[in-house]
Amino acid sequence: MSFVSYLINGISLGSVYALIALGYTMVYGIAKMLNFAHGDVIMIGAYTVFVTVTNLGLPPAAGILLAIVVCTVLGVVIERVAYKPLRMASPLAVLITAIGVSYLLQNVALLIFGANTKSFTSVVGVPALKLAGGQLSISGETIVTILTCIVIMIALTAFIHKTKAGQAMLAVSEDKGAAQLMGINVNGTIALTFAIGSALAAVAGVLLCSAYPSLTPYTGSMPGIKAFVAAVFGGIGSIPGAFIGGLLLGVIENLSKAYISSEMADAIVFGVLIVVLLVRPTGLLGKKMSEKV
Amino acid sequence: MKSRSISKTTRSNFITYGIVIAAYLIMQALIAADQVSSLLNGLLVPLCIYVIMAVSLNLTVGILGELSLGHAGFMCVGAFTSSLFSLCMEETLTSSMIRFPIAILIGAAAAAVMGLIVGIPVLRLKGDYLAIVTLAFGEIIKNVVNVIYLGRDASGFHFSMESTLALNMDETGTVLIKGAQGITGTPKDSTFTIGVVMVLITLIIVLNLIHSRTGRAVMAIRDNRIAAESIGINVTKYKLLAFTISAALAGVAGALYSHNLSSLAATQKNFGYNQSIMFLVYVVLGGIGNIRGSIIATVVLTLLPELLRSMDSYRMLIYAIVLIVMMLVNWSPAIIDFRKRHSLKNLLGKAARKEAR
Amino acid sequence: MKRMISLGMAAVLAVSMTACSSGNSAEETTAAAETTAAAGDAAETEAAGDDAAETEAAAGGTIKIGGIGPISGGTAIYGQAVMNGAQIAVDEINAAGGINGMTIEYQFEDDENDTTIAVNAYNSLKDWGMQILMGTVTSLPCVAVAAESANDNMFQLTPSGSAVECIQNDNAFRVCFSDPNQGAASAQYIGEHGLATKVAVIYDSSDVYSSGIYEKFAQEAANQGIEVTAAEAFTADSKTDFTVQLQKCKDSGAELVFLPIYYSEAALILTQADSMGFDTQFFGCDGLDGLLSVENFDTALAEGVMLLTPFAADAEDELTQSFVSKYEETYGGTPNQFAADAYDAIYAIKAAAEQAGITSDMSVSDICEAMKTAMTEITIDGLTGTGMTWTADGEPSKEPKAVMIENGAYTAM
Repeated sequence: MSFVSYLINGISLGSVYALIALGYTMVYGIAKMLNFAHGDVIMIGAYTVFVTVTNLGLPPAAGILLAIVVCTVLGVVIERVAYKPLRMASPLAVLITAIGVSYLLQNVALLIFGANTKSFTSVVGVPALKLAGGQLSISGETIVTILTCIVIMIALTAFIHKTKAGQAMLAVSEDKGAAQLMGINVNGTIALTFAIGSALAAVAGVLLCSAYPSLTPYTGSMPGIKAFVAAVFGGIGSIPGAFIGGLLLGVIENLSKAYISSEMADAIVFGVLIVVLLVRPTGLLGKKMSEKV
Repeated sequence: MKSRSISKTTRSNFITYGIVIAAYLIMQALIAADQVSSLLNGLLVPLCIYVIMAVSLNLTVGILGELSLGHAGFMCVGAFTSSLFSLCMEETLTSSMIRFPIAILIGAAAAAVMGLIVGIPVLRLKGDYLAIVTLAFGEIIKNVVNVIYLGRDASGFHFSMESTLALNMDETGTVLIKGAQGITGTPKDSTFTIGVVMVLITLIIVLNLIHSRTGRAVMAIRDNRIAAESIGINVTKYKLLAFTISAALAGVAGALYSHNLSSLAATQKNFGYNQSIMFLVYVVLGGIGNIRGSIIATVVLTLLPELLRSMDSYRMLIYAIVLIVMMLVNWSPAIIDFRKRHSLKNLLGKAARKEAR
Repeated sequence: MKRMISLGMAAVLAVSMTACSSGNSAEETTAAAETTAAAGDAAETEAAGDDAAETEAAAGGTIKIGGIGPISGGTAIYGQAVMNGAQIAVDEINAAGGINGMTIEYQFEDDENDTTIAVNAYNSLKDWGMQILMGTVTSLPCVAVAAESANDNMFQLTPSGSAVECIQNDNAFRVCFSDPNQGAASAQYIGEHGLATKVAVIYDSSDVYSSGIYEKFAQEAANQGIEVTAAEAFTADSKTDFTVQLQKCKDSGAELVFLPIYYSEAALILTQADSMGFDTQFFGCDGLDGLLSVENFDTALAEGVMLLTPFAADAEDELTQSFVSKYEETYGGTPNQFAADAYDAIYAIKAAAEQAGITSDMSVSDICEAMKTAMTEITIDGLTGTGMTWTADGEPSKEPKAVMIENGAYTAM
């Protein structure tokens, strides 16, 4: 019975990683850049909800909407100011700028909200699901997070494959130059990608802090890295890969804590990642890249 | 034609050595004249450490062309092994002039072994996947170091991964590595002179490697692996060679690091992925593959937060902004173009041309 | 082009080097000028009362106290508390005429909880002219800085560096309890009061404070007839989900869960224990203080939590109440144990300096020698204990108070 309960807890943790990983993978898949600031956009989203709901007393729905708006605007502004000028430069240069942006967001939050931990009130009203006569319980947050993940996954896939803007994204991710020649607005498409990615970050921030209600300016950075690992695990750029990678990462993390060693859990998680990547060098669901001379 | 191009690289190399030696002499003169603040004085050894880290990472990133996010892990290995050696041998080898070079060599060797262990699987991967696996190895090293307990008593060494109690030592025992509390009491052997010597040795190794047959083979692999393979270059061998050398040099930096402070523990801050990324920042800002650039970028970015101390709570905020701006200025094609058009040389050239007319 | 960049950067470098080496002298000059202005022109009336007091006090010169701690980064919460807590004490003392008529000049530097940066901060304070060091806040940087301060023979009083090695040199003292001390005290308290015989522990294996307490606790538990049924760790890299650790504690049949950790993680643990229906006795150390002040935290979850802490923000005594209200007014939020330790540290420095007859023109080393002796002679009634005294090895002697959280407030037990 305790195994099942560890498993459920792992899925809860994994669903949060999955949600963050969706945003990572979305931006990576289209813009081909590792947005290290993604975790910090999540943190900004969570603070926005905290301020509107707890400090201003507005209903959670308003808070979530506002967080989505704030993060979307933030994402687009960051892209425009810090990433776009480097579009033609080495991908490494953009990676470093993203780290700069990450520091910037953390320190802005530190100045505005202070270093003190804030306890986040869950915005999820769904009651926990009790199974096996109350011995097992799946929290409302977990249910909502997994459902949100699935909805987002389906919506994203549909958006990319069924709409014109989505097709443009695919074209841009394949070949920017060719896409431009086909009359696609490359800058606009990438900006749209960041807008969607950041909106997802806002949702992830709200659900991360609902499930694990502790909020500091550094809340986003570690889950951000874990989600990045999850995205790579599942095959970065692949939307279902991010979901599966996130869930697996959470489950592996919790099971190794439970059955092997709680001190070594981090090492074990990363060890599994290494083994998976050695067997499948592009992650679980990643596309095989053919090599050209 | 050929002789000219060789002399050009040699000249460039000597400028790099010259900058380091000149900086050393100037600092020594200033120290002798008592013109150096304690802050700058204390920063000299860390500067050498970070320069070695940046230069050695540049070997992986710039010359080998692989993104590594776990460089601090090798530094961690070098720091702990060398520190352990010094701690054990402090009574037997009292002269730091003999003990410390051996400690550095041990640190470098241990890091090299770790580089080989990590390199064999990692270098089969490519691009971002390789980056994430190096990050993973760095985190594993840090995590494992945090649960190591090592003690020594009359009957020899005791090792545990649980707690100091599990070491089962008799009364004479001393705990050498204490899990998360790390190692305390490493002798303070690092000096600016030794640091600069190590920087010079690192530069000699890396610059000579780049301009050697081996270095050209490595760069050929970077530019086109398949083409390099087809002309008979042993890709795995050269990749591993460059990666291992880079790791060994990081081990040297680790030895300097652990012998500069009296407490050593593997935290997120000093050996975590954040620190690895910080070294990457030095490399990218200074110019990928540009060794001299790495040195300058390292010095600027290490001094910057210290110079901003008067800003109090705005310190790290300003640091972040400066970092972004520097990246944009150095890398944005539009700005580079603008600078080209408006550079001093260009303006002077224009004026000269006008006069000629 | 590359050359242009390197040239530009080299220029920046040259400028910064000069700034670096000349910065201190400039600052010193300003400081000196200020002192002369203040001392010489006492007749020039200052409007504010505080300023007037300062001018008066400046007749005896100034004494420069430096502080070091993390005010940015993941542990900023502790450094900021110390910085602010000490500031309150400094303002109070200056308003009341200073130490022996000397005005305190107080400067706090950031170390980001990193050993190298802590040493940089220490050197930077030395350039500023620091005569006494109040720091550092966290243990690892503290050990590194302690080696430097011993080298310079500078008097060091750490408010919260609790690892044994922090005060291994004779120039260093501390205000807080040491880690082993807390671990042993917790085990003794649980044993002597018969709270439980089966205890589970959740600790941060990547943190010096937490693993230090846990280790001593496990050692002492055996003597107290306590069985440690589960010892579950987490690390700085994975501290969002504690359900596994809690589940294992629950399954081990523990009657009490010992939490030698800081309150931010404890708040999460309590929330998760509640949602998984794990209702047990939680017991913590001074790191748990601050739990009730976590903004928006449902204090009902902390009901019944016991902790050994020297400081309680809602204690009834006048000193605590005045400190808490001043802190809330100036910085917002309730002060935690770190702020209280820092406040006491400044007052301990004051008492020792008065005892030793420190004057502002004494050298750093002379001050240290005098302070070392004086520290063992003074008795302080502070926020973190009454009748605090120090031994020559730097340890404070004070009793930890066991409190229980009842109706959202501490109740003495």
